[in-house]
Amino acid sequence: MAEAAHAHGHDPSLQHHFDNPEQQFDSGKLGMWLFLATEVLLFGGLFVAYAVYRANHPEIFVYAHQFLDKRLGGINTLVLICSSLTMAWGVRAAQLGQQRLLKILLSLTILGGFIFMGIKYVEYKQKWEHGLLPGKHFTHKEGGHAAGEKAPAAAPAAVPAPSGATATQAPATTTTTGASAAPGPAARQAPEATTSTGASAAPAVTTSAAPAAATPAQAPGTLKLEPSLIKRAPAGPSGLAPTARAGAEHEAAPDKVWIFFGIYFLMTGLHAIHVLAGMTAIGWTLRKATLGAFGPTYFTPVDLVGLYWHLVDLIWIFLFPLLYLIH
Amino acid sequence: MAHHDHPPALQGHAHVGHVVSLRLLFAVWGALMVLTIVTVAVTYIPAQLLGPFTLWVALGIAGIKASLVALYFMHLRWDRPLNGIIMAISIAVVILFVGGALTDTAEYQGDMIPGYAPDMAGAQPKPAGAPAPAPSP
Repeated sequence: MAEAAHAHGHDPSLQHHFDNPEQQFDSGKLGMWLFLATEVLLFGGLFVAYAVYRANHPEIFVYAHQFLDKRLGGINTLVLICSSLTMAWGVRAAQLGQQRLLKILLSLTILGGFIFMGIKYVEYKQKWEHGLLPGKHFTHKEGGHAAGEKAPAAAPAAVPAPSGATATQAPATTTTTGASAAPGPAARQAPEATTSTGASAAPAVTTSAAPAAATPAQAPGTLKLEPSLIKRAPAGPSGLAPTARAGAEHEAAPDKVWIFFGIYFLMTGLHAIHVLAGMTAIGWTLRKATLGAFGPTYFTPVDLVGLYWHLVDLIWIFLFPLLYLIH
Repeated sequence: MAHHDHPPALQGHAHVGHVVSLRLLFAVWGALMVLTIVTVAVTYIPAQLLGPFTLWVALGIAGIKASLVALYFMHLRWDRPLNGIIMAISIAVVILFVGGALTDTAEYQGDMIPGYAPDMAGAQPKPAGAPAPAPSP
């Protein structure tokens, strides 16, 4: 309140190139909204990626979303909404010169950010443990035994195995079955093997056709791969969207599930970076608030940081149903 | 401090911005919480009942929530119109972007000639080309 009292004279927070606090506030706010517009466009690109991949591969999204924890995602949504409330309330407190309340509310908002990131950490950790990482780090398998180790091992093993047709026949059949048994990454790791043997019904043809390319899996894990072919077929979740593909092998995990997790990690990761940035910015305003910088005529930083925080909340409001609530 | 529900409580200070009443803030917060629970609850409706509308229901609820946040928490309702216009334009551009990309995507058919799409399982003509990559150098 003491600050508000001498705000009548020469307000130290009013820059000389502004006529009055209101003009200064409006200008700052306009700049912030322009920045927020670019943020929307930044995420817009990722939403395009999401939309195009979902339109092309609905079965991947329906299959993969079951690995996301709807409950944790929902709790995180609620946490962000609560922290948005404390932020909006904090702006009000700053406007009214309620210094103590402002500090409490800003602290609560940061706390909300910490809770959000903590839950996010738990979720990411689960993905990590299940091998549900984007791109080449995706090692998840349906029914998940030895097959997980097979795919990475295949590439280096290809070098010392130029042996003849008789020797390669057994491993070659196992690679074909292994590749079709493990649709996602295996298909990617060894594209030649899978495209040639996608049908997997005619091992004789493929072994003779691919003497060199199909040798890779002479790794010790070859024998373990056989049972996974048998078990896999009925294991998939019900209601998978059928695409143009035919054949029983797609009733389990669809091809290229890693695409979903690439998008998932990009979108939630970029969002998490924004949460961290928001927490840092709120921390900065909290420090200024402890110095008593804000009052009825000067609360611009609180307001603008609040806008940023609300935008982060707003983006999560869309990310949550799009990623977690597919069905 | 409880009497500070409206700007006049500031005793004639040069006041900046609009002060949102606590009741409104909590009402918006309550609506957001309820809508979040509704979004999750909707997913328990069997997919057959909503069919292709599930996505639109989810997006519709998200849109309502986003509007609440933007209008009340972000003060757009009382702001200068320009701020809202900037936001609306950016969202419109994103919608245009997504819509354009999707219309384009829809123009590509997975298997115009059955069996010839590169990653189709059971693609017959492939085996012949398959061994080529390994001995190619």
